[in-house]
Amino acid sequence: MSLRRILPYSLAINEALHQTMQVDESVFLIGQGVKSPWYVGNTAQGLLERFGEDRVVDTPVSENAVTGSAVGAAIAGMWPVIVHPRIDFMLYAMDPIVNEAANWYYMNGGNACVPVVFWGIINRGGEQAAQHSQALHGLFAHIPGLKVVMPSTAYDAKGLMIASIRDDNPVVFIDDRWLYGVQDDVPEKFYEVPIGKAAVRKQGRDVTIVANSYMAYLAKRAAEKLVDKGIDAEVIDLRTIKPLDKELLIDSARKTGRLVIADGGWSSFGIAAEIEAVVFEEAFSYMKSSPVRVTLPDVPAPASASLEKAYYPTEQDIINAVLKVLS
Amino acid sequence: MSHPKETLLSLLTMMLRIRMFEESLVDPILRGEVRTPCHLYSGQEAIAVGICTALSKDDHVFGNHRSHGHFLAKGGSMKALAAEIYCRESGCSRGRGGSMHLIDPNVGMLGSAPIVAGTISLAVGAALASSIRKDGRVAVSFFGDGATGEGVLYESLNFSALKKLPLIFACENNLYATHMPIRECRVDIPISKIAEPFDIKRYTVDGNDVLQVYEVSQKVVEICRSGNGPVFIEFMTYRFRGHVGPDDNIQGTHTDIRPKDEVEMWLKKDPILRFEKYLIDNGLIDEKELHEIRENVCREVQESVDFALNSPIPFKEDLRRNVFA
Repeated sequence: MSLRRILPYSLAINEALHQTMQVDESVFLIGQGVKSPWYVGNTAQGLLERFGEDRVVDTPVSENAVTGSAVGAAIAGMWPVIVHPRIDFMLYAMDPIVNEAANWYYMNGGNACVPVVFWGIINRGGEQAAQHSQALHGLFAHIPGLKVVMPSTAYDAKGLMIASIRDDNPVVFIDDRWLYGVQDDVPEKFYEVPIGKAAVRKQGRDVTIVANSYMAYLAKRAAEKLVDKGIDAEVIDLRTIKPLDKELLIDSARKTGRLVIADGGWSSFGIAAEIEAVVFEEAFSYMKSSPVRVTLPDVPAPASASLEKAYYPTEQDIINAVLKVLS
Repeated sequence: MSHPKETLLSLLTMMLRIRMFEESLVDPILRGEVRTPCHLYSGQEAIAVGICTALSKDDHVFGNHRSHGHFLAKGGSMKALAAEIYCRESGCSRGRGGSMHLIDPNVGMLGSAPIVAGTISLAVGAALASSIRKDGRVAVSFFGDGATGEGVLYESLNFSALKKLPLIFACENNLYATHMPIRECRVDIPISKIAEPFDIKRYTVDGNDVLQVYEVSQKVVEICRSGNGPVFIEFMTYRFRGHVGPDDNIQGTHTDIRPKDEVEMWLKKDPILRFEKYLIDNGLIDEKELHEIRENVCREVQESVDFALNSPIPFKEDLRRNVFA
């Protein structure tokens, strides 16, 4: 008998926070709006009541100092989660994230680790324009010393949040508000999804679609529709951007010989470009056609809904890309 | 205030350890044997020593680009420091950090970094950690007058005051932000006044008077431990050497831009000579004891440098060690 326990993505994150804070007193949540459903959805619900203001710390609008505080607390032995309800504002904190946290372990000869989670929420659409819409994972993934995870399912959201908190090193956990309503099986137990492992969402022979976060959600739907056209696509959900699960990508590309990458970031110098490079370096002779990237155009996010429609890649864009690599 | 002789001698010895260690680097820097950028602490010793002597081993300290003195004063090993500056595998950061990344978590030296003001918020975090754990630890952030130009300092003042964190903002005002005289980069208002709008207790202290530094530090550590932090202290001081390297702003080029009479005026306020004179004038130490202390420190410095020079350099095969992503 299998009892399914369906939970939305946002509550899966909430459950991860409840459980890790329960298990270890060193875990605390800090950031703007942790008291406010308006900021962080229902991801922080019940935490303040259960764990108190010492461990659920709402903060002034001071991203640099507050993020640095989380880093410093981690160096001093705590396991903080610093949340940025809009990842755009996290740019104010690039010094503690990049200069300090990412480098700390290496530049101090391995004498101090920084077990902090930088949780950045992509909160886009709705005519919010360029400073309320950005997907910046490519920026963070470029930096040695930062792990970057982007779950696309509720199951992974919980398991990767737990794994990120319990990791000895800084992890940038990026979620997308467009996924908050996605529901799937989320066991009540305390479990981790390993960082650095991608997942095959659908096996296939004809083409490999590599995607992450919301684009992985779209890629699965696209692959289902492609079945009707007689196309058997393999869908790989990266789950972790860095360290990249190269082996899985390469094996799949060698099998299918065709590659589509669907990433919610910008095209140039981005995740999709990196994946193309990895696949071409390791599987060039197996490739039957040029790969196609499905990404944002290299354009800041516009406000107007008509432009947003042209801006954000869709399920149909993924289908079109697959048809192109197969033609 | 009277202090046990043991404390007085330990203040003196620690200042001498820093001074003689720093001065031992001058020739190796000029000869190109030490290449990591060294921001020498000579002249400012009383600050690190006075504060760290008032702390316990468990208290946490974050330094900056000029932190050889903070590292030693907090209890870091001189051998590990020397080896780091000579970029050896036996250094406190295994030769991966160099002069500007000094750490020894076992004695509460949680690290140092040259991004100006970059470690202030880290110290806020260490203080936040102790307020969550309620473990009574105090955190100290050492930064220079140049850091008062960075916005994160003001965010940190507000946040730490809001949360009443056990944190000492230790601003070492040596009157220059790299090449810039303070009057050219700050409004002419005492730095410690920046604490006022945040209702943070503030002090201005002669940073070349180790006893004054020590006594004020004892007081503010108590304030922090009893839940009435944070505290801001501005220490008036002067670096005897260049911003980086012995006497210049570009290590090894002899181009100190500071007025000669200003430098000479401050050399007369040498915190070590002043303290030695105080101890002798008050009959607390005699020339023979002083000579012995200096001899011992001299030997320790020599042994530390020897240790460094005899330590292995990092193997190139280990380039990627400690990289996890």
